[in-house]
Parts: sequence; structure tokens; C-alpha cells
Amino acid sequence: MYDFADIYQAESELDAVRALHEDRQAMVIAGGTDVLVGIRAGRYPSARLVSVHGLEALTGVQMTADGGLRIGPCTTFSALESDPLIARHLPFLAQAAGHVGGPQIRNMGTVGGNLANGATSADTAPALLCCNAVLELTSWQGVRRVPLRDFYTGPGQTVRAQDELLTAIAISPADCNGLAGCSLKYGRRAAMEIATLNCAALLRREGDQIAELRLAFGVAAPTPVRCPEAEALAAGAAWSSALAEQLAQAALRETRPRNSWRASADFRRRLIAELTRRAVTAAWQQTEEGM
Amino acid sequence: MAIGDSIKRVDAYGKVTGQARYTADLVPQEAYHASLVRATVANGEVTGFSLARAQAVEGVVAVFTCFDVPDRPFPTPGHPWSVEPAHQDIADRKLLNRRVRVWGDEVAVVVARDRLTAARAAALVEVQYQTYPPLLTPEAALAEGATVLHPELRKDNVLAHSAFALGEVSYDEAAREEGLIEAGGRYEVPAVQHCHLEPVHAFAYGEGGRIVVVSSTQIPHIVRRVVGQALGIDWGQVRVIKPYVGGGFGNKQEVLVEPLAAWLSMQLGGHPVSIELTREEVLGCTRVRHPFVWEVSGLVRPDGTLVARRYRAWSNQGGYASHGHAIAANAANQFKQAYHDERALESESWTVYTNCTTAGAMRGYGVPQSCFVTECLTDDLCRKLGMDPLAFRLKNCMREGYVDPHNGIPCLSYGLRDCLTEGAAVFDWAAKRRAYQHQHGPRRRGVGMALFTYKTGVYPISLETSACRMLLHQDGSFTVQMGATEIGQGADTAFTQMAAAALGVSEERVRVISTQDTDVSPFDTGAYASRQCYVTGMAIRKTAQSLREKMLSYAAWLLERPADTLALRDGAIFDQTGQQVLTLKQLGMESCYNLRRTEHLAAEETVHCQSNTLSTGVCFAEVEVDLPLGRVTVLRLLNVHDSGRIINHQLAEAQVHGGMSMGLGYALSEQLLYDAEGRPRNDNLLDYKMPTAMDTPPLEVLFIEKEDPSGPFGNKALGEPPAVPVAPAIRNAVLHATGVAINSLPLSPDKLTQAFAAAGLYEEEAGEYV
Repeated sequence: MYDFADIYQAESELDAVRALHEDRQAMVIAGGTDVLVGIRAGRYPSARLVSVHGLEALTGVQMTADGGLRIGPCTTFSALESDPLIARHLPFLAQAAGHVGGPQIRNMGTVGGNLANGATSADTAPALLCCNAVLELTSWQGVRRVPLRDFYTGPGQTVRAQDELLTAIAISPADCNGLAGCSLKYGRRAAMEIATLNCAALLRREGDQIAELRLAFGVAAPTPVRCPEAEALAAGAAWSSALAEQLAQAALRETRPRNSWRASADFRRRLIAELTRRAVTAAWQQTEEGM
Repeated sequence: MAIGDSIKRVDAYGKVTGQARYTADLVPQEAYHASLVRATVANGEVTGFSLARAQAVEGVVAVFTCFDVPDRPFPTPGHPWSVEPAHQDIADRKLLNRRVRVWGDEVAVVVARDRLTAARAAALVEVQYQTYPPLLTPEAALAEGATVLHPELRKDNVLAHSAFALGEVSYDEAAREEGLIEAGGRYEVPAVQHCHLEPVHAFAYGEGGRIVVVSSTQIPHIVRRVVGQALGIDWGQVRVIKPYVGGGFGNKQEVLVEPLAAWLSMQLGGHPVSIELTREEVLGCTRVRHPFVWEVSGLVRPDGTLVARRYRAWSNQGGYASHGHAIAANAANQFKQAYHDERALESESWTVYTNCTTAGAMRGYGVPQSCFVTECLTDDLCRKLGMDPLAFRLKNCMREGYVDPHNGIPCLSYGLRDCLTEGAAVFDWAAKRRAYQHQHGPRRRGVGMALFTYKTGVYPISLETSACRMLLHQDGSFTVQMGATEIGQGADTAFTQMAAAALGVSEERVRVISTQDTDVSPFDTGAYASRQCYVTGMAIRKTAQSLREKMLSYAAWLLERPADTLALRDGAIFDQTGQQVLTLKQLGMESCYNLRRTEHLAAEETVHCQSNTLSTGVCFAEVEVDLPLGRVTVLRLLNVHDSGRIINHQLAEAQVHGGMSMGLGYALSEQLLYDAEGRPRNDNLLDYKMPTAMDTPPLEVLFIEKEDPSGPFGNKALGEPPAVPVAPAIRNAVLHATGVAINSLPLSPDKLTQAFAAAGLYEEEAGEYV
């Protein structure tokens, strides 16, 4: 019961970009864990698909010459979760990748698809927002680089044009070294779950102070968001449980959780405050262990 | 191997390798596929259709609407038919309905060359309605001026009402005694769905002027009857085939799509027509477990004696009668049976038509609901009384020798107290109960329990009959045929063990034919209640006895000696000295090919079962509650079952595991939600939250095996009971952990955090989280 009219398996990144350029109705499919569900639900009747599934150039994590990371968008969640570079530099991103669905979904679904579909519930988005990830979008006209912060325009909407292919997720050396982080997901179940709330915290410690904090949420607003007020509050502050409480309150001021039948806005606010406390505390505790 | 041994499932190899064929594997290549047009209002009347766009889709064969089908209502529940009109099921469904009573009601159908085309075209059918306000709760449906949903059957929306009282005085009179403690209130459980793995699916085709229906059903013989009734044809004109089935849990104890598939095929010259529902249709448009609302209260003396209880229940039937008031009656009976009320019990139940998804049979048949309210009340009484829930139960629970005063169903083998005491010992109840008193901090633990009673079959409320056929083959092997059905629960394996034991041969010689074909298979009403190993076991035993006599009689002729000097055991025939005189292969060959006398050694027998017996059991749960997040983690779950003798321990444990998982979902996360218009919001497996393996603690199982004198092999009910006590045990554990009594399911985080806030738990804990 999959209503699609055509599927073209691209042979390379460039071939995919060409196919998208030539067929302005075409949409990208990678792991299919999102697109196929949408097709089955009738969201894209008679869809025309360009598949980037299995393209090696778009897969895997590499360290760039300057010590940054370059994540191929077709890297599956499983691969991201077990990648040695990610484990060394950004274990909280591996943690986030491990929160996605179940093993089958993680084996097929890709981190690029997770971002490109524009969902506020994307499990890897808060962690990647904390890493100041920059997305490389390639079209027949050329390449442009968009910070993830500027990528989302609304629920399910991004700045990516139909003929643009997400070809890399780049993280600078300053954003993947010397930081401690924590990703938390709240769902009704322990697996196979869409997030009621996602929270990621990433911090740099100097002595007994938080030199820098990055705090991001998914499902706390129409798009994944960072919390600049809370981050400013934490910068240079000494760690204490009172600080965690202040951060929780700041996060509440900076988010706009919605009221829906899946969870009330009140409950989501409770989650925002509590997950802030827990994520920041866990990130801080990691720096203690590291000392 | 013998009764009780864990022989490997007889269908394991076929199911693992894919050799086992299910309905979808059997749909003929040329079959048409039907897609239903479902109402987008919950309460209304179809006034017209615009079909042109759908009919224009290439590949569409035909479109039929509610204006095209015969005006012939039929009943859908899988009950044995009653020959007495007063006891017959309510006939309130048609093949397609003009009067829409549930969101998703079938109003038209598109038949096309493939499923996708049918679905695309069905989406293009435009329907015009006259609409009425949706009635989503019994309160709304009973309110003055509410639309009467079935005016031709009932003057208001009450499908049925029943009441009974026991004891020397009324509840109010009992309450006058000085010093009594009272607890109770309003309790509630939501609609949940079976979520069987294989969707609802049937296809039909014409053959020699008759109609053949292949269906994923628990009840092939009942499907034949209902198809006959729905189509207005003789029942013998219908042949129903039941292949392997991927789960039913009661949803397939209902005749859902078979009559329409048969009717469509008949309209199309007998061409095969398949109707396979999507998961969304199964979740939102088939059957659910009845939601209930109760007002109950109980009175206890300070010494812990249960003095009186009062029970008032409103069962939300949804749009059509289905199993109807049988569910509410079963629920009320369990409330009654589970405890001894010293002075008074008052019980009153209403089953009310509403515009919610039609509720039907689901594993436990009203008793998971009833057990929830019974055991909530029990622990609420214990808490007010300051009494240990185990001690209270031991003092007041159903006693040995119990006989239900209304239906006469006895408990012939009594293991309830042993379940309580042995379970408590294994669970370390007393120590945990103590350890978790007076906790502080954001994470708190607690333990809770719940007990239940459960009748095995349906006698004397309904007919219990079962037939079996056995035959000996040339090689000394046997085939066994039954009308009773394997639906994934392991029945064929249990039947194999029973047949082997009753024949006196090893299981390898016995083949149970898994497929039922109503043209060929003996009669049995099917897989429901917790009846099959009990009632069908009796048929197996009786048939095996009959076949043994025939085999010995033929052997006696062959060996020219009296039959009573021969014995059949261990797969051969022996004489009085213990000498083997004939192998079963020799017997099989002679009976087929002997030139002087052949006799095909076969037997068929019917049992008309006129007994019943109560099973019991207890669930123990240990939880950790994360107060700030309102999250309940179940750390440990133990089910203890008094189900008589166990036929196959490994399969029985698997049966219990499945039930516990179902109970876990009922407790924590499952609930079919509706918007204000009556449209299901979460009719998919992402938003309808069944527990995953990650949410499931180790599942512990203990059997208290007491031979039941009425069971064919000492056995009694085990099929449904495992799902019954889990939710209230978890609810009571949360009560122990937090002191907060949650009176409705599921124990959702939203609900828990609100209740914890109202109870002041957050103020008490402020600032201690970090």
C-alpha cells in the first residue's frame, strides 16, 4: 500500500542533485523511516522519489584537517551511536542517536533525514544545535552552508529547497572538544517513541565554574530551539543546585510548549524544568568524573 | 513426554520458517480487494453519495453503498447461538450502515483490482450526512433528550440493566453499625484494543453455487452461522476455512468483515474478494475492551472484616450491541466472587449504547475492568483501615468450596490462599512492604497486589459443546481434527499432548489438523473464554477412549482373543503378560488392507459440557515512581496462577507472559483516545502506546497446581486470567509508594503529576531534586 509513482536510485551525490534538479516534483528518500510512513499515510500521493540510500560519500563520520567533525547525512543512527569519533568527542550525540525508535529504525533511519524532515521532535536536533552544527546544502547551482539554528522555519519546514540535498553536517573544532554533554528524551515508552520532550545540555567547565553552557530543546516550541537566556545566566557562574533551578526557570521563559492531546502544556513545562535540571546536572557530573 | 511436559510447539517450525500459511498467504492472485468508506461523523445518517470520482479511477470494479445492501440486521458476537429467541444475540448491524453510530462506521465499499486502487478510490467517495451530537459517554447517552441510537430495539440508550443483592441486610442498613470504616468513590477504565499482530482479514469466493470464506477468525463455525444470517442464505451454503491465525484476543471472536466479503463476492459472480483491514482500521473501527465507570464503596470493621460493598457500573458499549451486557454481567460477578461480604452486597450494572468504538470481547471479558475496581477498593479500604493488604485478602477473599449463588459456578479446586501466601513468600512481600514505608525524595518504591477469580468456560450461562475426530493411519500415526481453534495461543500443542496421553501414544504420532473447515471439521464454537483445554480437552479424552475401544476390538478380532485381554499403551498393543503383540503400524496396515475384514479406525465424539470451575490468581508488583516526571517503572512483576494442572509449563508461562504484558499496557500507557467529535485520535501504534520490551520488567510466573476434579486433565482456565490482575497490582504499588490513590487507568504521567501536585508531594520535596 505504498503509493509512489517512481523511485530513482542515485549513483552519487551529484547524480542525486541532478535528479532533483531535473524532476522538480521529486523528493529525497534515504533510510525511508519517515518518507515511507508518510507515503503510507497518504501524505505524498504518487510521490516521485530520489534515493540516496547507501551512497558511501554521504555516509560516516570524519575528522576534518582542522580537528572538526564532518557527519555524512546518510549515517544511520546505529552507526552514529557506535562511531568512535562521536564516542570520543560528542558522546551526548551518540546518546541522542540511541534514543531514536527501536533497533530496526536506528539501522535504517539517518541523521540527515532526522534534520531534513524539519520535525521539532527530531531526537538528534537538540544535541546538534548545542554543537552549533552547520548544514551543507548542495544543489545544481552550488553549495551553501546554513547553521542548524537558521535551518528551521516552522513545524516540518526548513530553508532547504526541493532541489537541495543535505550533503554534510559540519561541527567546528571548538564545538567538539573539551565539552561535556547530556541528551535526555522523555516519551511515554522507553523505546519506539516520539519525544514528548527532548533536551540537550553541553557545557565547558573552568575550575568550579561553568565557562559556557549550551541548552537546547525539541518539542518545546514549533522547532528545536536553543535557550540563550539560560546560557547567558550560566556563563561564568559557579555550579550549584540553585543555579540549576535558575536555569530551569529561564528555560521555561524561553520555550513555548504546546497543549495537545499527547501532553498538556503544563506537563510539558514540568518536563522542560525537570529535564533542564537533570541534563545540566548530568553534564556537570561528567566534568567531575573527568577531573 | 506427558501432560505437564514442555514439548516444543507443534507449529514452531512452520511459523519460524514461514511454511505456516495465514489468510494473506492464501488470497488468490486474481482476487479483488475491497476498501471501506468509513463515516467521518460519529452520530448521523447518510443522506447521499457522490461516487463519480471514485468510479472513474482505473482499476475500480464496483462501488456499493449502504443504499445497495439488503435491509437485514444481523448479530456479530461469537456466542453460541441460542435456540431460544429471548437469549439470542441482538441483531443491530447491517453489511453497510445508513444510520451511522460510530466514527468509522462502514457506509460504502470500493472493490478494485488491488488494495492501493481500492484505497485511493475509497478516499474519493463523498458522503453527505445529517449529523447529531456525538454521545461519547454513558452520562451523555443517558441524558434527557439524547438521540436514541437504536430506536427500533430500545426506547433509550440502555442496552441492558441488571441488579442483584446478597446478604441479610441492605448496604445502607449494614452501614448503621457503629465503628465501621468506609472507602470508595468513582473509578474508571478506558477503551483499549487487542492489537493482535495479524490484522482482521477475510476473503470470499463462490464455489459450486456456494460461498467459501477464508478468515482469520477464532470462531469458524460461528462465522458460518452469521454469514448465513447476514446474507439470508442457508448456513450449509457457507463454507468457512480458518488457516493459521496471528492472534485474536477476542477481536476475532466477532464476525467483522466476513459477511461483507461474502456478499461482495456474490455480487461479482463469485470472484474472490479480499478485505484486509489496516492497523488504523483495526484500532479504531473493530472492537475494543469496554470502558467502564463505577461508583463503589465498601465497609469494614476495625478488625478487618469486610462487612458490605456496593457496586454500580456503567459499561460503555459503543455503537453496536456486540457482546453487550454479557461483559457487564461478568464484571459484576467477579466483584461478587472475589470477596466474602459478611452482611451485604449490592450490585447494579448498566450497559449503554454510545457513539464510541463498539466494545466487544477482549481477553478477560469484563474481568480486567472488574478486577481493577475490586482491587482498588480493597486497597483503599486497607489503607483507611491501616491493615496489610495481604492480611486483609487472606481474611476476606473467596473461600474454599465457593459456589456462585446466581449461576451456580463452583470453585472445584481451591488455590487462592496458596497463591497469596506462596506468592508473597517468593515476592518477599512483608519485607518490601516494611522497607518502603515512610519514604522521602523524588524516587519512591512500593509494592502492591491484586487477586481475581475467573470462570473457565461459559456453562451454564451459555452452551458448551465440542466435538473431535481421530483416525489411525497405516503407519500407526493419528490425525486429530477439532472445531476448536489454534489462534497463536498454543492450543494445537496442548491438544497434541492431551490426545497422546489419552490414546496412550507418544506426541510424535499425533498430528492435530490446524485448519478448520466447516465442511469437514467437527463442530466446536471456537477459541474464546478460557474454555478450550477444558471443554475441548473433554472431547479429546472421550474421542480417544472411543478410538481405543475400536482399535482394541479390531486387534482382538485380528489376534483371535478377547479385547479385554489386550492393552494399548506406549504406542503398541500388549497382552496380559506384558508381551507386545501388535505395533500400531501393524494395526493400521491390517485395518486398511486385511483381505478378510477392513475397518477404518476412526472415532468422532461430542461432549456437551455441563460443568465449570473457577480459576484464581494473584499479581504482585513492585514499582519505582519518579515523582517529578510522573513516571512509573515496574521493577518486578509476579503472576501466581491457580489454574489446575498445567498441560505444558513452557507454553503456559508464555501464555502468562503475554497476559502480563497486556496488563502492563492497561496499567501504564494504553488508551484509545477520542476527540470531541468521537474520532479516534491515536489509531496507530505510535500514538497508541503498547509497552515495548524496554518497558517490561522480568516477568515471573508461579503455578499453584491443584488437580481440578472437573477438568479433563485436572486443568482449568489459564488463557485469559494472566491479563486480569496486573493493572490494579501496579496501581496499588503506586499507592504504596506515594500514598496517592489513582482511580483511573492508565497511570499516565500527566494524571500522576497532577495528582502528586494535588497531594502536596512536590511542596514536601521542593529543592531536593538536584
